[in-house]
Amino acid sequence: MAERMRALLAVLALAVSAAAFAAGEAEPLTDDPELEARVMDLAQTLRCLVCQNETIAASRAPLAVDLRNQVREQLAAGKSEDEVIDFLVGRYGDFVLYKPPFRAATALLWLGPGALAVLGLGWLALRLRRRAAEATVPELSDAERAQARRLLGEPDDAPPESRT
Amino acid sequence: MKAKFLVPLAIFVILAGFLAYGLTLNPREVPSPLVGKPAPEFTAPRLDAPEQSFRLADMRGQVFLLNVWASWCVSCRQEHPLLVQMARQGVVPVVGLNYKDERPAALAWLRDGGNPYTTTAVDADGRIGIEYGVYGTPETFLIDREGVIRYKHIGPMTPEVLRKVVMPKIEELSRG
Amino acid sequence: MIAELGHFALILALVLSLVQAVVPMVGAHRNRLALMGVGRPAARGQFVMLLLAYACLTWAFIQSDFSVRLVAVNSHTDTPLIYKITGVWGNHEGSLLLWALALSGWTLAVTLFSRHLPEAFMARVVGVLGWVSAGFISFTLFTSNPFERLLPAAAQGRDLNPLLQDPGMIIHPPLLYMGYVGFSVAFAFAIAALLTGRLDAAWARWSRPWTTVAWVFLTAGITVGSGWAYYELGWGGWWFWDPVENASFMPWLLGTALIHSLAVTEKRGAFRSWTVLLAIGAFSLSLLGTFLVRSGVITSVHAFATDPARGLFILALLVLVIGVSLVLFAWRAPRLSGGGSFGLVSRESTLLGNNVLLAVACAAVLLGTLYPLFMDALNMGKISVGPPYFESTFVPLMTPVLVLMMIGPFVRWKGDDGGRVGRVLWASGLASVLVGGGVALAIDHVTWRTVLGLSLAAWIVLASLQLLARRLGERPGTPAGHRLRGIPAAWWGMWLAHLGVGVFTIGVTLVGSLEQDLDVKMREGQSAQLAGYTFTFGGAARLPGPNYDADRALVTVTRGDRLVASLTPEKRVYRAQGMPMTEAAIDIGPLRDVYVSLGDQIEPGAWIVSLHYRPFISWIWAGCLLMGLGGVLAALDRRYRKLAARDAASPASAAAQAG
Repeated sequence: MAERMRALLAVLALAVSAAAFAAGEAEPLTDDPELEARVMDLAQTLRCLVCQNETIAASRAPLAVDLRNQVREQLAAGKSEDEVIDFLVGRYGDFVLYKPPFRAATALLWLGPGALAVLGLGWLALRLRRRAAEATVPELSDAERAQARRLLGEPDDAPPESRT
Repeated sequence: MKAKFLVPLAIFVILAGFLAYGLTLNPREVPSPLVGKPAPEFTAPRLDAPEQSFRLADMRGQVFLLNVWASWCVSCRQEHPLLVQMARQGVVPVVGLNYKDERPAALAWLRDGGNPYTTTAVDADGRIGIEYGVYGTPETFLIDREGVIRYKHIGPMTPEVLRKVVMPKIEELSRG
Repeated sequence: MIAELGHFALILALVLSLVQAVVPMVGAHRNRLALMGVGRPAARGQFVMLLLAYACLTWAFIQSDFSVRLVAVNSHTDTPLIYKITGVWGNHEGSLLLWALALSGWTLAVTLFSRHLPEAFMARVVGVLGWVSAGFISFTLFTSNPFERLLPAAAQGRDLNPLLQDPGMIIHPPLLYMGYVGFSVAFAFAIAALLTGRLDAAWARWSRPWTTVAWVFLTAGITVGSGWAYYELGWGGWWFWDPVENASFMPWLLGTALIHSLAVTEKRGAFRSWTVLLAIGAFSLSLLGTFLVRSGVITSVHAFATDPARGLFILALLVLVIGVSLVLFAWRAPRLSGGGSFGLVSRESTLLGNNVLLAVACAAVLLGTLYPLFMDALNMGKISVGPPYFESTFVPLMTPVLVLMMIGPFVRWKGDDGGRVGRVLWASGLASVLVGGGVALAIDHVTWRTVLGLSLAAWIVLASLQLLARRLGERPGTPAGHRLRGIPAAWWGMWLAHLGVGVFTIGVTLVGSLEQDLDVKMREGQSAQLAGYTFTFGGAARLPGPNYDADRALVTVTRGDRLVASLTPEKRVYRAQGMPMTEAAIDIGPLRDVYVSLGDQIEPGAWIVSLHYRPFISWIWAGCLLMGLGGVLAALDRRYRKLAARDAASPASAAAQAG
């Protein structure tokens, strides 16, 4: 009987102190930080349609809040990120995605920079090769070399220097 | 002159052409992917009688307009007289969707400006709006007899759009 | 009265700019010294008139003269004085006046510091600048008059947009405009060269300091803008690839290519067409940026609220300036080809590679920014292109640039041996990858992005140290002091700027990998944990400000039992427009920022508080500052001043070049 009383008191004491501790800890806005992280990651790639170029993660507009809630609900219900994206695109179009989908129409967008880089570097390689082929170092005769040295103010028997 | 030196100019001319055309476009307007698709089914409480429900399927068999509005929406004021006039002429029924609004304010709005709607459904939390891809009020959907969205107008309805786009579509849909 | 005076001054400025545009050009064409000489006084007069107009507008703001429409829309009697002054450029019309004033200022500087340059060349430079000035002043006068009256006068103004009532606003636009406009000088030099058909090393040497200084201003302007967005917008982001941000970044990319290209043209006479094209390109992108921000063609938080009619005017200006210059380029550039030849592996080839890659990177940013417009115009639907796209295209493109950036300084001019360079650098290269991977492992964040970023940063730092060691070791036997002093400022500039890129890369990589955020609901006395810090909420109090009402919270930040900071984030409501704004509180540290912003009060006494931990984020802006400092050192190099003095002292050479 005494042990049970003591056990009960211990439990009560623990509960009270836990409650006191809880009063000191701020409530996170979400019970599930992992879910929230997924929501925010996805929200940062979605556009707020009523804003002047902001994500639904950053915007405080009512529609942005509504859409964030939709994303949260659907992810919590077990939908995948792709399914949530399809849901929003089905209703708002591709405009809502900050990462444009890869389609025939956006092929130039996604492949353009890479293609330009390849073209640019290809042109560079060709040009460098042509230039190197064109460049011929003129051979000087001994007399010409001596004259050059005199003009440069170097003593006649000094070895040719290569400078960086 | 060598052709390759003309490339920058050529690129610029094409770019300038796009920029010039771009001046006529509105980058904020988002077209709806729902046009040509069945209008999402919903059941919502009626504004005049909240204990009764309105189902979109109730409108099956009719060509009608679904107008998304709110009492806090300033642009809605612009199109309201036009809608009231349309309703008076009795061309097609106009169903209202009261979007993220308060009941007293909404009722007052209809009382003061006139009620063009055969029924008004209440979308208090905006979920129905999201289903319809609503991003700003007012928005108006033209829905045909089979419940397929045939046209969406974003922003206040204007007499020109009504005359040039909406009415011809209504006639076409009503005939068939 | 003052407004009318300003308006009149603006009209006079237009007249003077037209004189400046036409007369010296005619004089240069006909070789009439008297006509050519008109350029300088016209430029001076234009500057005085624009300064007067600007002063009048500022006076109207300071006096809260609400009979001037611009003041009524952008100011308020309670607005703090400093924001009345900066409010002048916080709108479309006033910022255009600032643009025109900056352009006039640069023109004046060119006339003052280029007395030793040949008269005919300078006449053309001043003439080109005159044309651009005339274009901007007429745009201002005819479509965007800042002195337009509002009659009857408003009783009270609408106050400046609260987002702009901030110290960042005081320096960001002026720095940015000085940069944008500064590239007009390089542009004018390039056009003058095309017109005369001659472009030699001397031309490159004249252009370099002007271009470098413009580049420094633009670097500073973008840096301040990014820092401002970070602490102003309240969620800890610092770059969004917003169209207007891109509009400032593209001229920066080409400007960077330009300063490197000019180096080659000066030293070796090569890359002449490239340099001219880059000069035209950098300024064209500045103009394009002006168009994008003010025409309504793209959506952006930065865009001025304006109408397509104005857009049409700027587009016409754009087409005229860029079109004519590119026609001139197509016609005259073939004549400029030639110059020193160089081998496959040489300093020239690495710099040419640098040019190509930076140009491609710039094109990628342009493509992403304008693609939604292209698709909409072709009726292919509406899309958005945002950070995910730019990050996946820009970073891969810049990686080879950063690698090349540190290889280049080790490669000899004209011709070198790839094997030799490899032998010099392979150790640093290997070490970089090891360091990058090692640090990624140490911070427990081994991802492609992190390892790549850290390896690149390590590469830059290690190669920089190696470069410095080599340079100092160049003249063995001489005392260290001599060797140090023997290194020209321009070399230090390059070294510092490249190192700055490395510091920047460290910042970007580590912030991206290690940042943490947490949103909590807090009552007084409650605390939350983030990244080892404890944040305790001390309640919020009401606090009236000059033109706003604020709720100010106290958040104490501790680490263990050590007090780190007492932060006071605010939630303000600006009275005139009723607009809410959040003022974040940041504890800035060399190794991390701790950032708190106040959200809404969801229940009485309970506030939403956003906590953010940003490690190494200051390194981003420190890196940019190093870049800018490097530019300043490069521009101040003695040889520009010495050679300028020598050119001035030698009338024979000046006369010979005047033809």
